[in-house]
Amino acid sequence: MNEVESRRAFLEKVASTVFAGMVLGGQPVKAGAEPSKVELPPRPPDGPILLELEYEDVLLRMQRDLERALNKGTTPKWVMVIDTRKCVGCHACTISCAVENKLPPGVVYRPVVEEQVGVYPQVTWKFLPRPCMQCDNPPCVPVCPVGATWKREDGIVEIDYDACIGCRYCLVSCPYQARTFDFGENWTQDTPGHGQMPYEELPTFEWGEVHVRKEGVAPGSPVGNARKCSFCLHRIEHGLLPQCVATCIGRATFFGDASDPESLVFQLIHQPNAMRLKEELGTEPRVYYLV
Amino acid sequence: MRVWGRILYGVLAAIGLVGFFLRFATGHQLAGYGSYVPWGLWVAAYIYFIGLSAGAFLLSALVYVFGVRKLEPIAPLALVVALASLLMALVTIWFDLGHMERFYYVYLRPNFRSMMAWMVWLYTAYGLLLLAELYYALRRHLPRYADRGGITGFLARFLVKGRKTPFTQEEIQRDEGITRVLGTIGVPLAIAFHGGVGALFGTVVAQDLWHSPIYPILFLTGALLSGGALMTAAYVFFWPRKDGEWRELSLLLGRIVLGLILFDLLLEWAEYSIPMWYGVGSEFKALWNTLFGPFWYVYWVFHILLGVVVPIWLLLAFGLRGQIGAVGLASFLVAFTFLAIRLNLVIPSLVHPKLEGLVNAYRDHRLVFAYLPTWFEWSVVVFSVVLGFTVTYILVCVLPVIEGKLLKEVA
Repeated sequence: MNEVESRRAFLEKVASTVFAGMVLGGQPVKAGAEPSKVELPPRPPDGPILLELEYEDVLLRMQRDLERALNKGTTPKWVMVIDTRKCVGCHACTISCAVENKLPPGVVYRPVVEEQVGVYPQVTWKFLPRPCMQCDNPPCVPVCPVGATWKREDGIVEIDYDACIGCRYCLVSCPYQARTFDFGENWTQDTPGHGQMPYEELPTFEWGEVHVRKEGVAPGSPVGNARKCSFCLHRIEHGLLPQCVATCIGRATFFGDASDPESLVFQLIHQPNAMRLKEELGTEPRVYYLV
Repeated sequence: MRVWGRILYGVLAAIGLVGFFLRFATGHQLAGYGSYVPWGLWVAAYIYFIGLSAGAFLLSALVYVFGVRKLEPIAPLALVVALASLLMALVTIWFDLGHMERFYYVYLRPNFRSMMAWMVWLYTAYGLLLLAELYYALRRHLPRYADRGGITGFLARFLVKGRKTPFTQEEIQRDEGITRVLGTIGVPLAIAFHGGVGALFGTVVAQDLWHSPIYPILFLTGALLSGGALMTAAYVFFWPRKDGEWRELSLLLGRIVLGLILFDLLLEWAEYSIPMWYGVGSEFKALWNTLFGPFWYVYWVFHILLGVVVPIWLLLAFGLRGQIGAVGLASFLVAFTFLAIRLNLVIPSLVHPKLEGLVNAYRDHRLVFAYLPTWFEWSVVVFSVVLGFTVTYILVCVLPVIEGKLLKEVA
């Protein structure tokens, strides 16, 4: 046995001894037991909130928060929190939002802004998902000549698709460029032999209403309308988390009731690293970023 | 010349009708703007036309309200041009709506916090006032046409209820009084609605370039300049009698246009130099883009060269020395190129991203920070121009707009 082999044998012996000690020192795991029933060490009592989250799936926590908010009897204060450190820029939220709301070409509610930082080879990427900020002081609301958009009591800025005249004043007034216009285009309209495909005729349930996009002369809403993220209001009202939250693979997007001190989002927005976009404008956005 | 004029009118009318039908058949799909640059040529054309209207009206007010007798011959024509320009503006912005069929919602459910709602209400009041003022300004001449056949006679009989006896001096004075009252109401109304268009842009906090208290004043000066220049060009080239009075009034109008060009230039210097002085900030970037970006020629060639330098040269070197044609040409250039100013007002602020990197976040042809009007958009604007010209021509033909003479007779 040469010197290298004897060193490797020694290390293997030490490693196996340590592993055996760890197994014997911990709780025995029964064969066939559910992984969720594995007892975890107690939570750190005053540890950082994100460390706590490692002890439970955030989706389950937010689902409980959502149920509590819907059943508490008073109006919730919906907020969204996006952890930019956990966002991997996969665009799953963008795509799932487009699918959930059947968004046509030209309309997007939650793009992910990408920024390359540094110079090669010291390069990294930053990602900034940008839903509608649901501002508490929304610049898009007072400009609407027909009052087709307004601030709901729960904080979501709503659009009445059947009242919007399509003047796009709200689009130019949004400092976050979170509103887009529905030009009436379809994904397959330039495909030879195809008009509107069946999936493009499926209704959208935004704002708790049923709207079907129709082709042709003078089509009705939402063609010709300003459109925007609704925090998936139609899902929230039925006890479901917004689609972008549910599909975030990095668990980087959080949603809940900021008026509930027990909620996850309440704890997150009170972290010192929580900030909002363009706070200097006084729009009071309801979307927070953890940086 | 007449033949060429008719051919030009026919070609423009055909282009305009194509745009008109395409707008109804395809909605906004052929337009070049998108969601990040949501306003384009149609909005620029709308504020251009509405400025022409306010300017022409304020010129008529110099006669009816302030009693400037020298300008009296063109006052009824100024009212007609104001009416036609208002129509052009409203049609253009109507085409711009995503839901044209819902325009009346602004009357049924207005949001009075919105500057746009105020605009619609003020335009409505202004349009009704223009019709009433035009009626009382022209009524005294109508009995002379009651015997005529065709639309002229029918309209004259209809408007004065079949009266054939001339108006008495007392009645004429009463009509002048009513015209003065209407004009007096109209002056603050015109200032309100055109200053209001400036405020419509100026109150938008998200657009750094627009968010300036100078905008309402800038819009008013622009209205006076463009509307005054249009009236001057129309008077110089189309007035039937090229006599001494015409020469004198043309020279006066030329001096007014020159003064307004210089005053507008002063305001523009303030608008550009203040945000650009230290070379930082988003306004600086947007203005720099206006001056030296891909569409630099809109500013330097169409606005500065053809809209300022050449007109000033024409007026100083030839116009004010008695060459009336130069006055007309200079005024036409000012009025025509004013659209470049409106385009430079609307577009550069919008093509400047409000969130850096947003353009790369989601690739889509409607989500870009670039804009060039399409032929379809131009054709719709041509439709509005042809419509305005046609309305003006018809009104001048059937009503005693030019000193009680029909255009057909004097032409």
